[in-house]
This record gives sequence, structure tokens and C-alpha cells, in this order.
Amino acid sequence: MTSGGPMLEVRGLQVQRGGRGVLDVASFHLGDGEFVSLIGPNGCGKSTLLLSMMGLLPRAAGEILFRGEDVFSGDRVARRRRMAMVLQEPLLFDATVHDNVAAGLRLRGLGREETRRRVGYYLERFRLGDLAQRSARKLSGGEARRVSLARALAVEPEVVFLDEPFASLDVPTRQSITADLERAIRGSRMAAVLVTHDRSEALRLSDRIVVMNEGRIVQSDAPSVVMNSPVNEFVASCVGMETILPGEVVRRNEWEVAIGVGGQEIDAVAEASVGEQVYCCVRPENVVIEVVNPTLTSSARNVYLARITRVASVGPYLEVRLDCGFPLVAHVTPDSFALLRLEEGKRVWASFKATAIHVIRKRRASAAAAGPAPANESVADGAASTQR
Amino acid sequence: MDLVLDGLAKAIALVVHLDPEVAGIALLSLEVSGLATLVSVVLGVSLGAAVALNQFPGKRAVVAIVNTGMGLPPVVVGLFVSILLWRNGPLGFLGLLYTPAAIVIAQSVIATPIVMGISISALQALPAALRTQILALGATRAQMVWMLVREARLPLMAGVMAGFGGVISEVGASIMVGGNVRGYTRVLTSATVMEVGRGNFDVAIALSLILLGACLAINWCLTAIQQRERPR
Amino acid sequence: MRPTTAAATMLAALALSAAPATAAAEPATKALILATTTSTQDSGLLDVLVPAFEKETGYFVKTISVGSGQAIAMARKGEADVLLVHSPADEKKVVEDGFGVNRRVVMHNDFVVVGPVTDPAGIRGARTTADAFEKIASSGALFLSRGDNSGTHAKEKGLWRSAAVNPEGRRWYQQTGLGMGDTLNVASEKGGYALTDRATYLSLKKSRAIALEVLVEKEPLLLNVYHVIEVAAARWPKVNAAGARAFADFVVSPRAQQMIARFGVDKVGAPLFVPDAGKPEAQLGL
Repeated sequence: MTSGGPMLEVRGLQVQRGGRGVLDVASFHLGDGEFVSLIGPNGCGKSTLLLSMMGLLPRAAGEILFRGEDVFSGDRVARRRRMAMVLQEPLLFDATVHDNVAAGLRLRGLGREETRRRVGYYLERFRLGDLAQRSARKLSGGEARRVSLARALAVEPEVVFLDEPFASLDVPTRQSITADLERAIRGSRMAAVLVTHDRSEALRLSDRIVVMNEGRIVQSDAPSVVMNSPVNEFVASCVGMETILPGEVVRRNEWEVAIGVGGQEIDAVAEASVGEQVYCCVRPENVVIEVVNPTLTSSARNVYLARITRVASVGPYLEVRLDCGFPLVAHVTPDSFALLRLEEGKRVWASFKATAIHVIRKRRASAAAAGPAPANESVADGAASTQR
Repeated sequence: MDLVLDGLAKAIALVVHLDPEVAGIALLSLEVSGLATLVSVVLGVSLGAAVALNQFPGKRAVVAIVNTGMGLPPVVVGLFVSILLWRNGPLGFLGLLYTPAAIVIAQSVIATPIVMGISISALQALPAALRTQILALGATRAQMVWMLVREARLPLMAGVMAGFGGVISEVGASIMVGGNVRGYTRVLTSATVMEVGRGNFDVAIALSLILLGACLAINWCLTAIQQRERPR
Repeated sequence: MRPTTAAATMLAALALSAAPATAAAEPATKALILATTTSTQDSGLLDVLVPAFEKETGYFVKTISVGSGQAIAMARKGEADVLLVHSPADEKKVVEDGFGVNRRVVMHNDFVVVGPVTDPAGIRGARTTADAFEKIASSGALFLSRGDNSGTHAKEKGLWRSAAVNPEGRRWYQQTGLGMGDTLNVASEKGGYALTDRATYLSLKKSRAIALEVLVEKEPLLLNVYHVIEVAAARWPKVNAAGARAFADFVVSPRAQQMIARFGVDKVGAPLFVPDAGKPEAQLGL
């Protein structure tokens, strides 16, 4: 994927604020075109890490290398101009939308013609064409957010840092803007680091999820690994305890699809096409364990013969791990567990409804392959969503 | 009331006939105060930005001093500047006392704290994250300061108008360091005081009206720049 | 944007046009600082004399008109080159102390005691000012003094002394701290008495019909004599001694004296000053 080392490398970075250590990252790297999501509680150092990688915060120790060069020495501005950052607030200038998007280009001394061309292109990408001459003060929240994204991407950086850019937007707006952003990033070999609290967003967009706590990186893995195999309780609570299963749509029938996972098929309600790679997410509280086969007596479409592999106590209930051909987690009350005489190793029937599955469509390899964006893509994502 | 009408009539007559002495006085007022305002803007905005955008020990004291300076009585400034410029004073060798340059110097001292104080508060009112965003867009520090100044242009312009208004209307410093020498350092304000002292009230009122008219015209231009045609 | 850019460039141009004007400092030898009094300046005489002098000699005169006290203080500090004042006691001291040289008489005008037409203290036509002042004091009539250490104020204090009256702190004695014109305006408004030079009174009466009349005049103590004094270069080397000499010589020259004699006739109907250059002191009744 990358030639030579990673594009961005962080080693032993320590940052202090007010005499206190706020960041202690032993190692972090970012490859060309890689999309990394950064999740963690407020104050865990996510924004600090982003600012440090741009060379905007002084460090107490460690080094940050961008394409092998130390970010803190040499021509820092020239290096910074190969990156871009979007903050939580749009922070637009008191000028027109066009002038805002052109700001980064003008700072770099790009010629008038080239600037106009690029601004026009990115305004289109973010569906802001009609608003080019509108004053930034007169934009809605969503429009302002699009402008700040267009402004960052217009400089065509090698990496873009996004610090919760979609916070406080309503769901439809958020999903629409995220889709535009995704398409814009897909169209280039831009790497991205996205700080987010939205797990489905992280799942859908990322090649890798990094979980942080108290200034340290706790886990850094592919999304399904982080989700399914959280390294500790903390990560588990961050990502939410649910089963996430990668699979491929093998059949569809109106609103229903059958997804092949681990040799089995899962029926779900989603608008995905045959051949698409998706994630199926099942919440543990939606999984029912029975000792007799419920296929003919239950409305649940997904019924599997399973073996209990592990039982653990989690607060007021029990977490029962099952193997159905794919891993599954169920939450059961201790009373039910006792009543059914369940125990590790026992064979049982596990079931969950097709409507209880949240299907996340994986980001496509390239925008061209996907063709024009389906108009209600965001609706499909939200239709089966029961989480948040 | 007749007096004011007499004055108005006289003012119109003086302006229409382009009375050379009055024209000279008016032009000198505008030039001297204009130059002083220009100096105060250059110094005030750059120093104000330096103070507003940096952390350093004693910053609060500096801002307090600047804010106090905004209310400096012009006559006090005039007294101290004239003490400096006296022939036998520390800067006497410059031979600047009783010249228009001396008035420009004194008025610059009066206007600079005003512009600086307003610049500091205007820049501090900008969101702190804006600085980060501008740097993240790839700005050098100089470009960042320029962009912040542009963002704060509304209150900064008000500061310029306050500075200009403060000096074109002051009389204490103008008389002390300028000497009100006819045809050389006589400005609208010092001429008005002199004419009142002589009992020529109509001329005094005429000069006052011309001063007000000039102020109005200048501030009209500055306000136009401040409120310039905003896009839809 | 364009009209506003035009406005901005206009303002900048206006401001910058001042730069050459202010930067052009006149050559040091050709500039001269004349310290004189506000009443002298206000009479308008200098607006005639100074341009004539400048034209004749090429000097550039900066006329700084302040109170007599300040003018003399400027001479003592070497901040002026030549004095034209009318405060004999202080002038003599300046010369004695070595700060002033070549004190020469130039002209005189006279003071008059003015007051309201009703003349509540009944001083009209008094033989001496001392008499008049005694009457004012005993009747407690309102009297406005300049109170600013000017030549006029000095004169007034001398007259009170001659009347053996100390008006300081008395309720009817009010000090304005202002120039002659302003003080007369106040006297007119409040119906009080004042001591003034005739020239200021006449020009004020012409331009603004103040409600004051001349009540006491033409007695020796009311003479207001002007002298020109050059500031001693020996004490203050930076003084423009040549310029000071040139100016002093000019004001006592026949040409200037003629101008002085004619001054005021067209404005107020009578000459405002009497030229005295060359006359011995005794003749002036001092």
C-alpha cells in the first residue's frame, strides 16, 4: 500500500498543558489514503493528537514525522500546507462562501484562474454551487459545515484531520454531509483522521479505529476487530457491546436481504445490493436463547443452532457468548439462565429478528465504481438503525 | 439663535468664496489629524495585535495602561510633548516646536492608545479557535494576523473613527505644541478658540460648522468602508 | 467595493499630503519665535506688522501669543527669541536678571475702566483710577479681573495697590482666568466693571455691541506701554539673536511706527495705538 514508511508517524509523543501530561502516545501511524477514526471520551486527547500532528502544539517529548521529515523543524508552514484540518465549529470568515473556500488557496498564492476552477469544483462536490456569493453569516448550520469542509479539501491536502466536524447536526443533515465528504475523499488519495462519537460512522468510513483514553492509545485495529474484540472493558464500553459481523449480500427480495456470514445466512431489512460487503450488527439484548428449536413457532427469521462458549457476569445480567458458525453475544438474566439450566458447552438455539439487525454498508473502493450517489442512501442507513 | 444663524451665513460665505485663509486652516486640520490618525492606525493595530495575540507576563498591566491612555486629556499630552520639544529640552535639537509636525506628534500620542485599546479588544473578541483554523489552513504568522485583522474590521474601523474624532476635535495639544501661528500651525480648533477670545463669534461659529462638516464628511467615508456593500 | 476603495485612497492621499508640509522644517536661521500677549495679538496689529517684516527681511516669524507671565517665562527659559509685551515691572526684572537685552519702547495704548451704563458705584468721570476703585470696593459692585498674570492683570493689581484696597477674596471681585475679550464678555453679561485696554474694548464694541461703557480714562496710571526686548543670546546660545535684533529694529523703525500710527482707523474709527519709539521714558508719564 505505501512505499517506504507510513505517511505520518508518531513516536513517543508527550504533550503537556498547564504542567500536566495530556497526551502520551507511544506509537501511531497513518498510511497513504488510509482512513482512521479516533474515538474516546471527552478530554482523552483526541484533539490534542490532531493538533500535534499538524505541528500546531508544542511537544514535551517524542517525534512526529511526515513523510520522514520532522514536523517541528524545517519549513513548517510548507509542510502544514500539505495537510488540512476541520474543527468542531465551522469558523467561517466574514466573507462570501466563494471567498471562504478560496481562503486556503489564496494563502498558498495559487493563481486566480486555478483558484476559481478549484473553488467551483469543490463547491459542486459539496452541493454549494448556488450559494457561492452568499455571505457566510447567512448560512444554516449544515451549509456552514459544508463550506468548512470544502475549504479544507480545496487545498487538496495529502491528509485531512477532522475534529468532530459533524457535531450538533441533525441526523439527515449529518448523513448527507458525511456522504458528500466520503465521495470527495474517495476521489483522491487523501488520508483522513476523523474524531467522532458516532460508531456507525466510524464503522462505515474507516480502515482502522483507534480508541484513546486519558492521553493514551488503548486499541488500534480494523473496525470489526475493535468492535468484536475490545481489548478491555473500557474499549468495550466505548464502542458499545454488540456483535458486528462482516458479510456479503447473497440474495435480495424487495426490502429483505440475505447476508452470508460465516457459512450461515442472516436475514435482514436493508437496501443493499447483491454482492455488497456489509456489516451486520446485533445487540446482545436482542438475542434470544431457547432450548427447543423455535423455527416454526417464532416470528424471528434468524434461528441458529449454537454452542455456549463462555459466560461472564456483567452487572445485573449475564453475557453469554455463542458460536453459531459466527460469534454471537446474548444478554440473559441470571434467573433465565438458571431456569433453562444453561451452562458453558451446552447446545442451544439462538435467534433474533430480521428487523433487529442494523446493516452498515461498507464504504466502496472508489466513487467511480459506485456511480452517482443513490438519493436515499442515508435513509437506508437509518431505516434499520436501532442504536444511538 | 441669531448668532448661530449669523455664523451659518458666515460659514457658507467663507466656503463659497473659498476664503483662502479659512481653506488653509481647514486643510491643515485635516492633513495634520489625518496623518496623526494614519500613524496611530499603523502603531495601534500592530501593537494591539501583538498584545492581543500573545501571552506574556504583565499583559494585564499593559492592557490597563493602554485603556487608561485612551482617556488621556489632550492638554496633558500637549504639555508633556512641548516639554520634550522645547528648544532647551531633550528633543529641542530637532527644532520641532511650533511646527505642524509637532501637532502631528502630539495627536499621534493621543490617538494611538485609542486605536490600540480598541484593536486589543476587537481581536480578543474573535473566537480563539479561529487562530488555530487559520494556521491549519496553512497561514504564516503574518498572514494569520492579517486575516484576524480583516475579520475584526468592523470594530477596528470604529477604533479608527474614534481616533480621528479624538484628534481633529482636540485643542489643548494643538495650541501648546503648535502655537496657533497664523498660516502655519493654526487649525480649526485653535482658530475657533482664538476668535471666541476676540469676540468674533460669527467667525468662531463659522469655523465650528466647517469643523463639524469636515468631521461628518470624513466619518461618512469611513463608515462607508466599514459597512461596505455586504453580499446577499 | 470600488466606491469604498476610492474613499479609502482619498483619505490616505489626504493624510499623506500632510507629510511633506509637516516635514518641511523651515531652516533654523530664518525662523524666529516672537512671544507676545493675547491682547496684542487680538488687536490685530501683528497681522499687519509681522507680514511686513517677513517680506522685508525674509524671516519666518512664529507669533506665540500667551499671557504676559508665560511670555516672560519663555524668555527666561530661552524658548523665545524676542518679546513684545507690556508689563514694565516684570520686564525690568528680566533685563536686570540678564535674560533680556536692548529693551526699547515701541508704542502705547491706554487702559480704560469700563462698566455698565447704570454705573452702580458711581465712578463715571472719576479723576483717578484709585478713586474709582475705592468707590467700587466700598459699594461692593461686581468687578471682573483677568486673574491670569497677564500685563493687564499686573496693571490692574498695581491700580488696586494705588487705591489701598485689597480685593482678593472679596465676594464682588471675580477672576476669570481668561483673555481680555472673554473677560469683557463676562463683565457685559453680568453687568460688572473691568479694566481693559482700549483696543480690545473698541473692537469688541464694534463687532458685538457689548453692554459696557468707558467710565474712567486718560489718566497717567492707565497708560499701557509696549516694549520690545531681545532675549539674551549670552544666556541662551540657541536664541536666534540676529533675527531678534532684526525684528526689534523693525518695530521701532519709522516705517513700522507709521503703520502703528495708522492702525485701527478703518476698523474702529480711531487709532488703537500711539507710536512711541525713541521717546524717553519720562515723557510717557512712567
